[in-house]
This record gives sequence, structure tokens and C-alpha cells, in this order.
Amino acid sequence: MRWLGRRAFLVLALVPLVAVAWAVTQSTEVLDGGVLTETTRWIPSLGFGVDLTLDALRWLMVLVVAGVGVVVLAYCAWYFEDGAPGLVGFASSFSAFVGAMLGLVLSDNLLLLFVFWELTTISSFLLIGFDPTNRASRRAAIQALLVTTLGGLAMLVGMLLLGHEAGSFSLAEIVADPPSGTATTVAVWLVLVGALSKSAIVPFQFWLPGAMAAPTPVSAYLHAASMVKAGLLLVALLAPAFADVPGWRPVLLTLGVATMISGGWRALRQIDVKLLLAHGTVSQLGFLLVLLAIGSRTAALAGTALVLAHALFKSTLFLTVGIVDKLAGTRDLHVLSGVGRRMPVLAVAAALAGASMAGLPPLVGFLGKETMWAALVELTHAGNPVGVAPWAGWLLVVGVLVGSSFTVAYTARFLWGAFATKPDVAPTPLAPLAVPFAAGPVLLSALGLGLGLAGAALTSAFDPYVVQLAAGDHDEYLALWHGLELPLLLTATTLAAGLGLFAVRDRLCAFQQRVELPISGGRVYRAILRDIDRLAVEVTGTVQRGSAAAYLAIILLVLVAGPGTALVLALLDGPDLRVVAWDGWGQPVVGLVMIVAAVMTVRSRRRLRAFILAGVTGYGCALLFVLNGAPDIALTQVLVETVALVVVVLVLRRLPDYFTDRPLRPIRYARMALAAVIGAVVSGILVVAGSSRTTEAVSTGFAKAAYEFGYGRNVVNVTLVDIRAWDTFGEISVLVVAATGVASLIFLDTRSGGVRRLAEADPQAVETTGAPGATRVRRIWLPAPGTLSPDRRSIVFEVVTRLVFHSIMVFSVYLLVAGHNLPGGGFAAGMVAGLALMVRYLAGGRYELAEALPVDAGVIIGTGLFVAAVSGLGPVAFGGEVLQTADVYVSLPLLGELHLVSSVGFDIGVYLVVMGLVLDLLRTFGANLDRQILRAQREAESQEVDA
Amino acid sequence: MEVNLTLVLVAGALVGCGAYLLLERSLTRVLVGLVLLSNGVNIALLSTGGRAGDAPFYGSTAVDDMSDPLPQAMILTAIVITLATLAFLLAMAHRSWQLTGHDDVQDDTEDARIRRLAVDDATSDSYGLTADGQDDDDPRQEGS
Repeated sequence: MRWLGRRAFLVLALVPLVAVAWAVTQSTEVLDGGVLTETTRWIPSLGFGVDLTLDALRWLMVLVVAGVGVVVLAYCAWYFEDGAPGLVGFASSFSAFVGAMLGLVLSDNLLLLFVFWELTTISSFLLIGFDPTNRASRRAAIQALLVTTLGGLAMLVGMLLLGHEAGSFSLAEIVADPPSGTATTVAVWLVLVGALSKSAIVPFQFWLPGAMAAPTPVSAYLHAASMVKAGLLLVALLAPAFADVPGWRPVLLTLGVATMISGGWRALRQIDVKLLLAHGTVSQLGFLLVLLAIGSRTAALAGTALVLAHALFKSTLFLTVGIVDKLAGTRDLHVLSGVGRRMPVLAVAAALAGASMAGLPPLVGFLGKETMWAALVELTHAGNPVGVAPWAGWLLVVGVLVGSSFTVAYTARFLWGAFATKPDVAPTPLAPLAVPFAAGPVLLSALGLGLGLAGAALTSAFDPYVVQLAAGDHDEYLALWHGLELPLLLTATTLAAGLGLFAVRDRLCAFQQRVELPISGGRVYRAILRDIDRLAVEVTGTVQRGSAAAYLAIILLVLVAGPGTALVLALLDGPDLRVVAWDGWGQPVVGLVMIVAAVMTVRSRRRLRAFILAGVTGYGCALLFVLNGAPDIALTQVLVETVALVVVVLVLRRLPDYFTDRPLRPIRYARMALAAVIGAVVSGILVVAGSSRTTEAVSTGFAKAAYEFGYGRNVVNVTLVDIRAWDTFGEISVLVVAATGVASLIFLDTRSGGVRRLAEADPQAVETTGAPGATRVRRIWLPAPGTLSPDRRSIVFEVVTRLVFHSIMVFSVYLLVAGHNLPGGGFAAGMVAGLALMVRYLAGGRYELAEALPVDAGVIIGTGLFVAAVSGLGPVAFGGEVLQTADVYVSLPLLGELHLVSSVGFDIGVYLVVMGLVLDLLRTFGANLDRQILRAQREAESQEVDA
Repeated sequence: MEVNLTLVLVAGALVGCGAYLLLERSLTRVLVGLVLLSNGVNIALLSTGGRAGDAPFYGSTAVDDMSDPLPQAMILTAIVITLATLAFLLAMAHRSWQLTGHDDVQDDTEDARIRRLAVDDATSDSYGLTADGQDDDDPRQEGS
């Protein structure tokens, strides 16, 4: 698109052209009744495979879908201007549309068909809404999406049900051995809802005329060749097996005739020639549905011929309208005049297509209509192959006769409106026509003419599909001349009636205005949407109160109501409670301190005090862990508690000392009661659930497994990096998200504030070297003198920090490596490393921190996650499973033999993520808040100076 | 399994205090409540491991004498997650203070707006954007 501009459409047209060429090369085999299949397993357990198949009907559809696709894509190259907005998106959506249609047509698996079905829905949504600035276009796109997706959902349920009943999702197998019964009937009808909504059959017809808000190439393709034909194709595929399902013929034939007549009736009063064609499409779809749903051979032959004919003439007509619209700048049939005289070739092409639509010889539309009449007349005989009552057959003939007369009338109205020279209208000014622009419609209408002479070839081509259906008295065939019989008379009648209707067009329009029905599909659609929206508003308004405290209270109340009730019931049952007061005297002492601290936390009015008291409960936890025989978590808890306190203090620098004073309200007693009940429920559940435990703990085998499969003695650490490694991986991902969240809330517009090195702040850190202009950063042992104010410094602290820093870092690495067998591990080690950095920051300020680790925290965190992922995936490369552990003994000089375990790689990832998290907290809450405070101070000082 | 009553009571007390603070308006207090709640839940997890035992290091003590390693691994994960949550909420409290001068959790104005729509029996914007107004039934487009 970027290099070729609109000519890129010609390149894109080559893709469907390949599909056409492929279909042509397969024609001999398919037309002999052969079926090509291609199967790729996808989700075999669900019966979901990529099963593609090509039989005669699908061969026809491939040619229609791809062939018209080629013509329309080529037409686009002249329809659009270079550099039109959204052209790239349009071209890709259109190509996707063609591809999805081809996939839909070729699918044998119902589920695959559904996938392609929805893909066409999505791409058509994008195409109809091509112009997002246009309100009508947006609305039409959403309408098409909602209606067809709703049908698609019904269809999905139907397909699942059908596949379940038939025991297979393969259409070929289902049709070969159709299930029966109530469930099958329901399933077939659900699938039909999808098909009818897609093919715009009453009562879903209203979305299709709206969809002509799309650019004309889309309308041509959507209305003529693709999306709307999908529903018909599905009906045609199901008809051989399910035409005798209860209700199939009465409902489908009634809806088809109703669609045909109402579409034609509406087309007769349109003044926009494109909208006229759109209503005409609705009418034609109803007509085609009638033929494909009857389920007799004659009707199927007529139906397939007319599907082909419709694709050719309707795309011709739409493409013609596109040209007229483009060159004349209007589609109003009262304004257009003298167009035919100045574009005679185009007018002839349109006339030929119109003649095919009206069913005039010698065009392919006539072939189809002749056979169609034969098929309908066949239904009026008693004992016809599909068992339709003769009176119903006559009703059908009359209905289609009316519909066909409307077709003739609106065809005439269209040709007159678009091309005729109207005596009282000035000739419409036309822009010059580029010859290739008109090539598409001319080619398609010529095809319609050519195929009209090829009745015998078409008959044999459709034969493999047609023979699947119920045979009539004699084999029908497509030909221009069947003799002077009833069909020819009926054709003549429709022509006369249609031209008569055209002659009285003005009075007819006035009459239509008077008798307009108070109800229409579009209005019902809007009413339903309105009701759904109202319901959503009411539900949201009732449920979403907008207060976080209210939501939390609801959650807590559910805890009381659900598990709390279960607890009461269990207690009433008189359970056998097995409790011990304590395991050692240390526990009650520590526990008491923690409970007192917790209560004081709740009562405190100062922020810092509340956090310190909460910290007391945290250190208390660590003590309890130690007393319980859990040194690893005690170590981690102490480290985390320390980091947390420092971080809290760093932030509280900026927040007010006291909590906001607010009047005490009676509601707090309710809160206290709720809190007390929650505490009681939690304790009660722990006691009851714990003492009713009968099975052995899952972790009984952990110790042995840890040593034998994880190659480590520290069971907790091996549990983290091996047995429950997925869990740990999830957790470090959460750490990454939290760190990113913190950084974005503090830095606001960037992921990180960058690492501001000492050299940028302290001129003394840079010295000039011999060469002029060349500078070099001096190594400075203590950066604080140049960057911190003297009253904030403590030399002893700075020097000691500087001296022990490396020892702490080495210790953290030791914890990391030793953690597999001894207390430690990635979490604790990462925390220790983080603490080392924290001490550097506290002693020497933010530049000291930058010098200690001049790397962005995000880089460390990201590397950590990456290392963990790679070491988790590593075993796969050696034929193992994800996160499987392997070990290797390496002998090193001096250090002796080293036992390396692959899960240490995972632990290194954890280490880096945790260290990065702490570094991130220091950079955000520490260094960046320092800068904010400094800036605030400077502003205050400058204001004082000003004053 | 015998349940350690001390641990259970401590867990209940911490969770109760945490729940009380969670229902506060000030984000900092909510945050403190979350810390208490997390500590309480960690103790609750610890209590599910049964009686106290020796540190779970394979080879240093008999397997039967070890404390249960699984709750410990879960607590370890929970401890670090709590730190991350604490940091994130602190950042939010700080941002809220920066923007509004306090760290109270405000009622959602969007929800209030929807409640008003419900009281007025009105439809939402999305209806107006998708279906309101005229479409192909527009009589102005039709007629001869």
C-alpha cells in the first residue's frame, strides 16, 4: 500500500485468483462427483479439526467467492483515491473477508465452519464501518454485527447439539447418517436461526439495507457473492439430510416468500439506486431460500443456478452503481439523467445484468427461472416428491409470481433511474470514465450472458449436488427452450405485471406511503436494544454503589454468611475438636504481644505509629515461624518487614502525620461487630477444619521427593523452585507488575526516571584531562560530600556502609547458592541484596545509590523474569518437561567439586526480580521523592525571595 | 491433626483487626489493615501445618519430626507478594495525596452517574451511539 498506493489492490487480487485457478484445475474431478478432502488435526479430544472438503456445490461457491473477489479487488484499484484514509485497513479487512469466506465455504467440520462464520462477521463489521466518522456507517456496522452474532450464537449451540446427537462434527458424516429426534430438530432450528440471520431473511432482513453504508465494492461483494450467501449455503448443505425435519418446509418457504415480497415491495419506493439494489438483494435472498429449502432435485438445480446468476448480476449492478456514484456524485434517481447515453457500454452491461435479474432470455437468470417455475409447478401436483400439499404448492406459485413481478418492476425502476434520460431533468454532469474501472462489471455481465447459453454444461456441473435430493417425475435440466409450457407463460406474466407496476410507479409510491406498516424489523431491533440498555442501567445502578468500603463489606458479609453458616452447622453437629493450647511457652507470649499490637494499630491516629505497630505484628510472625520450625520464612519475614518499614517511612515523609479527622459515626460499631465476627469465623474454621482432617498431608512425601528429584535438602526452597515452581513463577510475575505499577504512579510519564549519575550533579566528579575538551569521570569513594547537605550526613555511617556493602552482597550470593540445601534461597538472598542497596541509599543519598548500582531497576527485574523463564523452559530442549530439575557435578580447581542444580537458574531469576523490586522502591519512593521534596523547597524559597 | 489454639487465636485477632481497618476511608489505614490481614492469614496458613517441628532440611532430622514444608512455601510466596502490594498501595496513597491533598478513597462518580440514569429511567450513551436516531427506515429517504 505504501509503495503501490491503490494499485496494491491489483496485487491483492492475485490471491483469490490463485484460488480460482486451483478450483478450475480440480473441476474435472469434482464434476465427476469426486470429493476432495484435506484434514489436519487440531483439538482431537473435542472433535475439532481443520477438515476441508471440495464437492460440486462448494466448487461452485469457491468460484463465486474467489471469482467475484478478484473482480471486486481489481475494481477497488480505480474506485479509491491514492492516500484515502484507512485504505490499508480496508485492504487487509477485505482480504481477510475473502479468506474467511473461502474457509467457510470449504469447511467440513461444523466447529471450523463456525470459526470462519464469525470471522466473516468480524471482517464485514470492519468493512461496513469503514468510515468511522459517519454516524450511519457506525450504526449499520454495529447492527450487522449484533444481528449476525446473535444468530451465530444460536447456531453455535445448535452445532454443538447436532454434533453431539450425530456423534461427529463432520458435515459429510452428519448428512450421510443424519440423527433424528427432538434434540436434532431443536439443533437444526438453532442452526437455521444463524443461517437466516446471516442471509437477511425476515425477521432479520433489516440489517442488510443498512449495510450498504459501506463503500460500494464491499456492498457488491457482501450482497452478491459472500456473506449473505453463507446462510444459503448452509441451508443447501443441510437440505439433503434435514429437509424433513418438522417445520422445515412450512417455515422456511413462508419466510422465504415473505422476504421476497417485502424486499421487492420496499425496493419499489427507493430513490437511492444503491438502496434500491440492497432491498432487491433481500428479496432475492428470500427467493433463493425458497428454492434451496424445498429439497427436490428440480428446485435444487434451479437454486444453484440462480445462486450463480445472482452473484453475477448483483455484483455487476452494484459495481455499476459505484461507477455512476463516483462519476456523477449522486445516486438519486430523480437527479440522474442521461447517464446511459454517455456511458453506453456500462449501460448495456447493467441492462444485461438487469435482464438476468428479471429473468429474460437468453441470460443465466432466465435459465434458473424456467427451471424454478418447473420446480414450483411440480409442487402443485399431488404426490410430488417432497410431500407438499397441492394447495400449498399453488400458494407458493402465487407468492413467487408476485415476488417476481416486483423483481421485474424494480429492475426496470433501477435501469430507468440510473441510466434513462428524463425529459424534465437536466443531464447529470459526469467525470470522465477510466476504461479499466468499467472492466469488472462488463466482464461479469458478459459471463452472465455466456453462461445463459451453457445450460447443458451447468446441468451436469450441478448434478453431483442435485442427486442427493428427492427425485421428481422426470429429470429436469437447464435450457433456454423447454417448449411452450406453463413456466414460459408464468415468465411472461411476471414481465407484463412487473412492467405494469413500473408504469404506475409514482402512484405506487404514494400508495406505499399511505399503507406503511406501523411495525418494522428495524424498530423492533431498536426497541430490544433500548430495553437491554435500560435493564443494564438499572442493574448497574442497583449493584454498583461506587463505594469501595461498601464492596469490601459485601465481600466480608459473604464470608460470614457462607463459610460462617457452615461453621455454625458444623459446631451444632458436636464435632470432635482436637486442640492443643500451645507447642511451647514462647508462642503465647509472642502471640499476646502481637494481639496487643494489632489492637493498638487499629486505635492509632498517627500514620507512622500505625505502621510501626503493624510492623510489630510482622516481626512477631517471624518469631512464631522460628518457634514453629520454619527458619526460611522467618528470615524472609524479617527482611521484608525491614524493607517495608523503610519504604513506608520514605513515603510518609510526604504524607500528613495524622489521619484525616472525621466525626465518629455510629456505623463504626457495626464495623466493629463485623470485624469481631470475621475474626471469630476465621478462628472457628481453622479449629473445626483442622481437627476434622483425616487424610495425610499432601506434603508428606515432599522431603524425600525434594532430595531425589530436586537434588536439594532445603525442602521449602525445593518446593518453591521445583515442586510448586509454576506458582513461584506466577508470583514473580506479580512482583514485576507491582514494581511497574509503583514506578508508573511515581514517575507518571516514564517507566523509570533514568539513573542520574554523580557526574551530572557534582562538578568535582568530572576532571579535565590533558586533551582540550576531553573529560573523564573521577572515581569518588564517597559521593555524599558533593551531593548532600552537611547536616544530613553521618561520616561514620557512610564509611561503614561503604566497607560492609560488598560483604553483604557476597553474603546474598552465598544465601542464593546455599539456599538449595541450607536456609536461604532466591527470595531471602534478593532481599539481602536489596537491603545492602537500601543501606547505601540511606547513608549517602540517591547519588550513592546510583553509583552503587548504575542500572535501571526495570532492566534487572526484566532480566530476572527472563532468566527464570529460560531456566524453566531449558529442560524442554533436552527432552524434559517445563521446570524439570537436573543436576550436574563440576570439579573446579581450588574450590573442589561443585554440585550444580538446574533449578538454581530459576532461583537466580527470583533473586534478580526481588532485588530489582527493592531497587525500584528505593528509586521511586527514595530518590524520586527526594527530588520532589527538593523542588518544593526551592519553589518555597524563591517565593519568599519574591515576597 | 491437633490444632494449635494460640496460633488460631492470633490469626483470628489479626484478621479481625485487619478487616476493621479495611472498611476505613483513608487509603493508608486500608493499607495498614491489609498488612494486618496478611500477617493473620500467614499465621492461619502456619497453623494448618500442624504441630511445630524441626526445620525441614532433608538429612538433618528425621522426616517425621519435620514441620510441614508446604504451608511454609506458601507463606514465603505470600510474604513477598504482601510487600509488593504494600508498595503499590503506598504509591497510590501518595498519588492521591499529590492530586487531592488527602488519601481518602472517593466514591466513584461514574457509578453515581449511572445511578442517576437509573432513577431518571434513561438509557446510557452506548444506546445512543448504536441504535438511536434514524436508519434505513428514514421516511425522508423514501417516496417517489
